[in-house]
Amino acid sequence: MAEMNIREDFPIFRDNPSLVYLDNAATTQKPSCVIEAVRHFYECDNANPLRGLYDLAQRATAVYEDSREAVAEFIGAAGPEEIVFTRNASESLNLVAYSYGTFLKEGDEILISVMEHHSNLIPWQQLAARSGAVLKFIECGIDGRITEEAFRAAFSSRTKIVSMTQISNVLGIRNDIRTFARLAHEAGAVFVCDGAQSVPHIPVNVQDLDVDFLAFSGHKMLAPMGIGVLYGKKALLEKMPPFLTGGEMIEYVTREGATWAELPHKFEAGTVNAAGAVGLKTAIEYYRKVGFDAIQKREEELSELAFDVLSRVPHLHIMGGNTAKEHNGIFSFSLDGVHPHDIAEILNADGVCIRAGHHCAQVLMQHMNVPSTVRASLAFYNREEDILRLSQSLSTVRRRMGYVE
Amino acid sequence: MSNSFYREIINEHNLRPIHKHILPRAGLSHRGINPSCGDDITLQLTIKDGVIAEGAYVGDGCAISQASADMMLDLIIGRTPEEALRLADIFLRMIKGKVTDNEVEELEEAGSLQDISHMPARVKCAVLAWHTLEKILEAEDP
Repeated sequence: MAEMNIREDFPIFRDNPSLVYLDNAATTQKPSCVIEAVRHFYECDNANPLRGLYDLAQRATAVYEDSREAVAEFIGAAGPEEIVFTRNASESLNLVAYSYGTFLKEGDEILISVMEHHSNLIPWQQLAARSGAVLKFIECGIDGRITEEAFRAAFSSRTKIVSMTQISNVLGIRNDIRTFARLAHEAGAVFVCDGAQSVPHIPVNVQDLDVDFLAFSGHKMLAPMGIGVLYGKKALLEKMPPFLTGGEMIEYVTREGATWAELPHKFEAGTVNAAGAVGLKTAIEYYRKVGFDAIQKREEELSELAFDVLSRVPHLHIMGGNTAKEHNGIFSFSLDGVHPHDIAEILNADGVCIRAGHHCAQVLMQHMNVPSTVRASLAFYNREEDILRLSQSLSTVRRRMGYVE
Repeated sequence: MSNSFYREIINEHNLRPIHKHILPRAGLSHRGINPSCGDDITLQLTIKDGVIAEGAYVGDGCAISQASADMMLDLIIGRTPEEALRLADIFLRMIKGKVTDNEVEELEEAGSLQDISHMPARVKCAVLAWHTLEKILEAEDP
C-alpha cells in the first residue's frame, strides 16, 4: 500500500500533517470521496426517497437503494431486503432487542459476554426488565479469551438470544463468532453479532458466520456519522413487528389500523438518511479500491509495531492478550500512578489523540478490576511515525506528573 | 496544563496530598462522583464553634480532581462555612472564566487551576470537590 497516497485521500491529514489520530475505534476520519459523495447527493440528487414520482425523487430512491445493495454485497447477505439502514450500531441492536424481544417470555434467558459495549448490554438489560427474561453473562479470561467451555457454562435450555461482539472495543480480541453462532443454533437460540469493531477491519460474511443479525456503524468505517446497518435473516425480519412506526413504513392505513410495508422498509420509519447511505456506499467502494488484503496486512504491521513499542514503555501495562495478534489494532493500557485522564491530557498537548475512560464497557472494567484505561486504536491510514510519537510521549508522562523515574 | 509552574503545584498536591485521609469522627460527610470519568471523592468536615475545624478527603481520580480537593481543604480549614461557600463561588466562577485577578489571589494555590477554564474536558474534574463542598454545607444549613 502506498502510504503517502492514502494519507492524501483524507483532507483532515492533508490540512493537519502532524495530527496523530489514534482513536479509530471511536470513529474514523473520512476520505474526500465520501465527503464529495454526500455533497453530490445534496447538490444533484436530493429529494425525499421512496415516495415522489418525479424523476428527481426516483433518482434519490435509486441511489439510496443502490447503497443498500452495496452493503448487502459487502457483508455477503442473501439480498438487499435483509439490510435495514439505521443511525448506528446502537440503534440496530436496540431494534433487535425491542422487536425480536417481543417474542421473549418470563424466565427466558438472554446471553451476552462480559466484554460487551454498553450498546450491546443496556438494550438487553432493558428487555430483561420489560419481559421478565433473565440476562446472563459469558465470562472471559484475563487475556480476554472466551472459551467454548465458558460459553457452554453460561448457556441453558432457556437461552433464546445470544449477543456478542466480534472484536472487543477495549481488548481488541476477536471472538470465534462462527463457533458460538453454531452452538447457539444447535440449542434453538438466535445469534446477534455486534460488528462495530470488526466490519471496518476484517472481511465479514454473514452467511459464512451464519449469524442471525449483524449490527455495525458507518462512521467507524470511513462513512458519515448517522448511518448504520442492521443485517437480519429475511425469515426472522419478516416475522418481527416494526420497531419505530410512522411514515414510509406502512402499506395501508385506516382509522383503526395499518398493514406494514415490505422488508426492509417496515423497519425504516420516517425520512431516511439517503446521503449517509450514499456516503457508506462510497466508503465501501474505497475499501474495495484499497483492498481488504492490503488493509489487513497494513493494520497487522502497525499492530505489531504498536504492541512492541508499548511493551517497552516502563510502568505501562497492556490489558488483554500477550501478543499483537490478539489485539487487532486496539490497545487499552494503564500507566502506574497516573490517571488515564492525565495521560490523555499530556498526550493531547503533544498532539496525540487517544481515548481515556471506561470505553463504554464498565462491566468488563469491573470484571478486569481496573477503574479506567487509556486506549489507542489504529486504522490502515496510520503511519509508523504516529505510533512512535505515541510511545515517545507516553515515556515522558510519569516524569511530567512529578515521578522521579 | 501548559504552564509548568502550575503543573508542579498540582503534581505536588496529587502525589503528596496533605488532607487525603479519613477523619474518624467527622460531623459531615458527602461523596461526589463524576460518572463519565470515574473521579470519586468523599469529603469530610467537622464544624466547631462556627468554623470548619477539621477537613479531609479520600477517593480516586485524575491528578486535577485529587489536587483540587487537597488545595480546597488547605484553603477552607479554619474558615466559617459562609466564607468557604464564598470561596467556592469564586472558584467555580474562575473555571467559567468570570473572575477578577484579586479574586483569584484569594484562592491561594487553588488559583493554579485557572487554566482549566480553557480545557472543557477537565472542568468536571476541577470542580468536583467544590461542588461536593457546596452540597455538604448547603445540607448543613438549617
